[in-house]
Amino acid sequence: MTSASRPASAPNARPVALHTGAAEAPLTRIPGFDEHPVRNPGTELDLDVVAATHVNRSAVERRAATLPARRTVKKEWQAAWLLRAITCMDLTTLSGDDTAGNVHRLCAKARRPVRDDLLDALGVADLGLTVGAVCVYHAYVETAVRALAGSGIPVAAVSTGFPAGLSPLPQRIAEIQASVDAGAREIDVVITRAHVLRGEWNALYDEVRAFREACGAAHLKTILGVGELATLTNVARASQVAMMAGSDFIKTSTGKEPSNATLPVGLVMVRQIRDYLERSGHVVGFKPAGGIRTAKQSLDWLILVKEELGDRWLRPDLFRFGASGLLTDIERQLEHFVTGRYSAAHRHPMV
Amino acid sequence: MTSITKPSNSVRELFDAMSYGPAPESDAPVRAWLASHGRRFGHFIDGVFVDPRDGVHFDVLDPGSGAVLAQVAQGSATDVDLAVQAARAAQPAWKALSGHTRARHLYALARAVQRHARALAVLESLDNGKPIRETRDLDIPLVARHLYHHAGWAQLFDSEFAGYAPIGVVGQIIPWNFPLLMLAWKVAPALAAGNTVVLKPAEYTPLTALMFAELVRDAGLPAGVFNLVTGDGATGAALVDHPGVDKIAFTGSTEVGRRIRTVTAGTGKSLSLELGGKSPFLVFADADLDSVVEGVVDAIWFNQGQVCCAGSRLLVQEGIADALTEKLKARMERLRVGSPLDKSIDMGAIVAPVQLTRIRELVAQGVAEGASCWQPTWAEPADGWFYPPTLFTNVAPAATIAQVEIFGPVLVTHSFRTPDEAVQLANNTPYGLAASVWSDDINLALDIAPRLRCGVVWVNSTNLFDASAGFGGYRESGFGREGGREGMWEYVKAVRVPVTTTPYESDAAPVAAPVTHRSAGLPSLDRTPKLYIGGQQARPDSGYSRPVHAQDGRLLGDVGDGNRKDIRNAVEAAHAASAWARKPGHARAQILYYIAENLSARADEFAARLASSSGASAIEGMREVESSISRLFTYAAWADKHDGAVHDVPVRAVSLAMHEPIGVVGVVCPPAPSLLGFISLVAPLVAAGNTVVAVPSESAPLPITDFYSVLDTSDLPGGVINIVTGQADRLARVLAEHDNVDAVWYCGSHHGATAVERASTGNLKQTWTEWTPREWGDPRIGEGREFLRRAIQVKNIWIPYGA
Repeated sequence: MTSASRPASAPNARPVALHTGAAEAPLTRIPGFDEHPVRNPGTELDLDVVAATHVNRSAVERRAATLPARRTVKKEWQAAWLLRAITCMDLTTLSGDDTAGNVHRLCAKARRPVRDDLLDALGVADLGLTVGAVCVYHAYVETAVRALAGSGIPVAAVSTGFPAGLSPLPQRIAEIQASVDAGAREIDVVITRAHVLRGEWNALYDEVRAFREACGAAHLKTILGVGELATLTNVARASQVAMMAGSDFIKTSTGKEPSNATLPVGLVMVRQIRDYLERSGHVVGFKPAGGIRTAKQSLDWLILVKEELGDRWLRPDLFRFGASGLLTDIERQLEHFVTGRYSAAHRHPMV
Repeated sequence: MTSITKPSNSVRELFDAMSYGPAPESDAPVRAWLASHGRRFGHFIDGVFVDPRDGVHFDVLDPGSGAVLAQVAQGSATDVDLAVQAARAAQPAWKALSGHTRARHLYALARAVQRHARALAVLESLDNGKPIRETRDLDIPLVARHLYHHAGWAQLFDSEFAGYAPIGVVGQIIPWNFPLLMLAWKVAPALAAGNTVVLKPAEYTPLTALMFAELVRDAGLPAGVFNLVTGDGATGAALVDHPGVDKIAFTGSTEVGRRIRTVTAGTGKSLSLELGGKSPFLVFADADLDSVVEGVVDAIWFNQGQVCCAGSRLLVQEGIADALTEKLKARMERLRVGSPLDKSIDMGAIVAPVQLTRIRELVAQGVAEGASCWQPTWAEPADGWFYPPTLFTNVAPAATIAQVEIFGPVLVTHSFRTPDEAVQLANNTPYGLAASVWSDDINLALDIAPRLRCGVVWVNSTNLFDASAGFGGYRESGFGREGGREGMWEYVKAVRVPVTTTPYESDAAPVAAPVTHRSAGLPSLDRTPKLYIGGQQARPDSGYSRPVHAQDGRLLGDVGDGNRKDIRNAVEAAHAASAWARKPGHARAQILYYIAENLSARADEFAARLASSSGASAIEGMREVESSISRLFTYAAWADKHDGAVHDVPVRAVSLAMHEPIGVVGVVCPPAPSLLGFISLVAPLVAAGNTVVAVPSESAPLPITDFYSVLDTSDLPGGVINIVTGQADRLARVLAEHDNVDAVWYCGSHHGATAVERASTGNLKQTWTEWTPREWGDPRIGEGREFLRRAIQVKNIWIPYGA
C-alpha cells in the first residue's frame, strides 16, 4: 500500500461520529440503569423527506438474506453476544389470561434470567445480569413495579388501545397517563395504521406527538404494526414520521399482527434511524418484537444492528428485543457452551 | 477490524467489546483429500487420471497464506493430443445416446456435486482465495443448478433441437475467478448437446476441476466424454491449435480472446468468447440509496472485484453523488477482509501476487493521474495476498482507471446530469458485458436498459446469475451466450441436407471478350451504376469503374470500383440510420413486403438481367427472382415474430431475454446467385433491425445495382442498406478491420474467410463465414431461424420486483 493511496483524511470521512463503533471505549454497564442518554425531541414534520423515502423491496430482501450469511459469532464470542441479548430483552407477557401470579414469576425471572452456576462458569457473575425491561399490559404495571423494586429494571406498558389502537384518542392518551402514574418508565404505543395506509402523515405525526406529550418523562416506544402496513416504503415513511414526532424507540410489531419482526423490515427501520440521525442529530432506539424465539435469531438481529447502526446500538438503551420465549433458548445455548452438551428447557427455571 | 488481531476471549471482556471473533470453516476434510492424492495430480484423460507425458508438475498456491496446496500436471501438446483423441473417440457413442440417457448422466453429476458441495466449496475457497460464504452460497449451488438445468436440455434435445447436431469435440478454457462455476457453464451445455470435452482450467485454480473429474469418474460418465488437462497458457494454446478440436469456448481476458480469434481464423472452428468488462453501475436520484450501497458491495467487492461483469464504474446522478459517496465510505469502513475460510468476512484474498501487483499499479496510476483515492481506515491482513476495498472519486472518463479492467476491488465514480448522459457514459467503453440500473421509476429503468450496449442488465440488482438466463457480452466483451436456450445454440450446428462440399471458387470476373458494337439503330442508353450509400447513389471515391462481363465474356457494363473510403462512408451512413432498430417489427415488415412488391413488378427485367449475368436461362433467372421475392416475404413475416423470451429464474424477478440487433453489419455476398444471395443475407439482418453495408457478388453485381431503384421506391430509409461494389475480398477486409462495424457475414473463398476472421480482432466483431456454397434456392437451407439467430444478440434484463 502506498501512502498516496490512503489519504490522511480517511478517518474523518464518516458523516456522524456515532457510527464509528470500532473507535468506542468498551461499554460496561449495570443492567437496568442504562438510561437513554438523550431523548429524541423530534422535529417538525418534513413531508419532503417522507415523499422522498423509497424502499426497494427486492434489494432489501437480498441484503437481509445475506446478512446472517456474512457474519457469525462462535464460541466465547457467541456466549458474550447471547448475554448481551439478554440485557436487551423486554421480557414480555401480553396475554388475555395474565394474572398477578404469572407477572410475579416473570419479574423474578427478569431479575435472575440465567442460573448462577452458568454465570459463574462464564465468568460474568459480577455483571449483575438482568433483562432490559419487563413489558406488561397497564393492568399489571403496578404489580410489576412492586415486584421489580430495587432492581432498576424498568417496567414498560403497552398502551393506546393495544394492539389495534382504535379506541378514542382521549382514551388512548388517558391510558398512557395512567400507566405513567402507575410507575411505567416506558410506554409502548401503537399507531393508527390507517393513517399510514391513507398517507395521512400529518395525522400520524399529530397522534404520535400527542402520545409523546402524554408520556412525560417516560420513554415513548412507537409500535408501527409493520405486518399491517403493506409495503416496505410505508414502513420506512411511518418510521420517519414517528421519529419526527418524538419517538424514543421505534418498534416493529405488537406480536399480534399476521407478520412480525422480519429482518427485511428491521433493515428498513434501522436505515431510517440512521437517516434520521444524520439529518437531525437525534438518536432513536430500535425494538424488533414478535416471532423472535431462538438464540440464533437474536444473534442475527444483533448482527443487523451492529452492521447497519454500529456498536453504540448494541445496548439496552438503544436496542430491545420484544420476546417471551427467547430467553429459554438462550439459556440452553449458554449451558451448551459451558458444558459442551446440548441442554433442555426444563433444566432452566421457567418464567 | 479489531477482530483480525489476536482477540481476548474472555466472555466478560467480549460482552463489553461485542466484536466478531474468528469463525473458521474447517479445511481438514479437504486437506485429507489432497493428502490422499499425495498432493499431486495428473490429467484426467479417457476416464482415468494419468501422469503428464513429460512428467512436469507445478505448484498450486493458497492465496490466503501463499502456501503450496498441491502440485498439478503441466499439460504438453502431447497430453492435449491424447485428450483430444480420447474425446474424439468417445464422441460418436456419446452423441448416439438418447437425450434421456445423457440427461441421466448430467443428473448424476448434479447430484454428485450436491453430495460433495461442502468439500467443493472449501476447496474452491482454499484454491482461489474467495470467501467460503461465496463458494458455499453462490458458486457451488450454481454449479449444481447448471448441471440440473442442462440435464433438462439433454432430455429435450431431440425435440427442441431437431435438425441440429452437436459440434463434436469442444476445447474449453476457463478462468480462475469462478473455477468450478465456469467449468459447469462450459461443460453442462456441451455434454447436453452430445459434444465431448477437453477442458483446461486456469493454472492458478485447477483443484476443483480435478475433484470434479473424480466425481465424473465415480458417476460413471463414459470414458473420454469429459477430459481435463491442467496447465498454463501454453497448454491452452496447444488446445486452441489442435486440429481435432471443432470448437473453442473461452472465458478470460480480451487480450487472450483476440489471440484465439487470430489463430483459429480460417480453421472452421466455432468460437464463443466471454471476455472482459468495465461494467457501468448507474444510479438515478430516485433510487433507494441504502440498497444501492449494498448493490455496489455486491458489484465490486464480490469475489474481490475479480469478476468479468463487476460493476466497476459507478455513474451517479449529480445531485445525490456526495450523499452516496458518504454512504459508501461508511459501508466500506465496515467491510471485513480476511481469511477466505472465515465465515465472517466480506472479502478474501486476491488470487495471485501478479494480480495483486497489477491492482496496486493501477491504483497508483489512478492517484498519479489526479483521481482521489479512498480506502477504509483498517488494515488488511499482511499474510497472504489481500487488497482493501478502494473508491476513486474525481475520475475523468479519460483516466486509465476509468478505461481499463482492473479486476480488483477498485471502484471508480463519475457523475452524470441527465439520463441521456448516463447512457453515453455507460456506453463509452469498448466493452459491453453487463450493467446495473438503479431507479425506483419503472419508466426510467426500462427506458435505460435497452439503450445500454451490453449483454446483461440488472435493474435494481447486480450480479444475478442463473442457468436459465443467458450470459454473455456485446462488443469486445465477446460473443456467444452461456445459459438458457440461447446458450445451447453455441454447442450445436445445423444439419444440412443436401450437403455441399465443393468450396466457392475465387470470385474472379470472367475473362473479357473483344467488344463488338452493334451498329443498327440508336446506341443503347448508357446506365452507369454508382455505389448506393445513405439512400443515394454516390460516385466511387476512387473515380474508377470496373467492367462487368457475362460468362461468355461479353461486356455487360461497368460498376463503381469501391475502396476503403467508400466503405467508411457507407458505415457512417449505416450508423446514421440506427433509428431503424427502434422501428416496430411490423413497420420493418411493411418495407420488406414493399421491396418484394416492387421487385415483383420488375420481375421480367430482373430475370433477364440475371440470365445475362450468369449465363443461365430466362426460366432460371425468373426462378431466382421468385425465390428472392419469397425470401423477402419470409423475413417480412419474421420481422415481428422473432421475439425474445421471459426466462424462469429462481428469484422474484422478470428476466427478459430481448432480441436486439447487432448494429452495423458488413455483408459480403456469395459469388452466386447474385440476387438471391444478396437478399438471403441482407433481408434477415434488416428484418432484425440491423443496418447493412453489403458488397454484392464481384462477378455479377449488376442485378444488385439495378436493385437500387427498387429500394428507392420502397420507402426504405436511407442508410439501412448500403451497397458498395468492387473487389469483394478487398472490401471484405476493410469491413472486417473497421472498428465501428459490429459483425461481418462473409460468403466466399476460404482464403477470404480466413482474412476476415483474422482481421476481425480489432473490435472482436462477430463473424459468420462460409466457404462452401449453400443451396440458396432451397428454403430449408437458404433461410430461416439460423439466419435470424445470427442477426441478433440476446440481452438479458433482470427486473426484480416487489412493493
